Amino acid sequence: MKILYFAWLRQRTGIGEEEITMPTAVRDVATLIDWLKLRGPNFAEALEDTSAIRVAVNQEFATLDTELSGTEEVALFPPMTGG
Amino acid sequence: MAIRVQREDFDVGTEIAALTDENPRIGGVTSFTGLVRDMTEGAQTSAMTLEHYPGMTEKMLAAIDAEAHDRWPLEASLIIHRYGRLEAGDRIVLVIAASPHRDDAFEACRFLIDWLKTRAPFWKLEESLNGSSRWVEAKEADDDAAARWNANDGNKRAG
Repeated sequence: MKILYFAWLRQRTGIGEEEITMPTAVRDVATLIDWLKLRGPNFAEALEDTSAIRVAVNQEFATLDTELSGTEEVALFPPMTGG
Repeated sequence: MAIRVQREDFDVGTEIAALTDENPRIGGVTSFTGLVRDMTEGAQTSAMTLEHYPGMTEKMLAAIDAEAHDRWPLEASLIIHRYGRLEAGDRIVLVIAASPHRDDAFEACRFLIDWLKTRAPFWKLEESLNGSSRWVEAKEADDDAAARWNANDGNKRAG
């Protein structure tokens, strides 16, 4: 699956986009974030407060309980500030 | 009916003319232009960089535009949103709504910019005087403005 990070999530994780093989422990967005947090202190810090994070799955807004199968494009970003 | 996400500047008059030419059913056209505000009170030109999510941005803007056409009898509409580095006074965003009657044009224009602010995946990185930068935080007032048009499921919390 493809994971994308934007704005301060990109800066703090140090990654803009990556391909991962979804671990078996991951079922939905919440368990994906839990797994990503184990990858290092920069991930743990960036993803600590999920209330500050918005999620899109296949470019549609999603929530922590949105289920994942492993083929999705998941994007993590802060609340939007366009316009 | 048209969406553009671009680095380049735009000309408001040219865009309005192009949108309304040769459509005599249009009786009113309303536009909103968003500019980079000077945050440094003139001490130095302030600037920001707009980041976006290519692909989703176009998809969301098209969905917002389609929603406006569902709600109001629009003859034409346009959303242009810039990205990249912009300085104080630069144009960021243009929204145009054209309709037979002014009420629909005014309301649709306001709706387009309100929904865009909370639903289009753009993020502003502001440069400060000492060379550091900070990500602009989302404002509750923008959520409230979008919520006036209800069915606001766009920028809800992940948790």
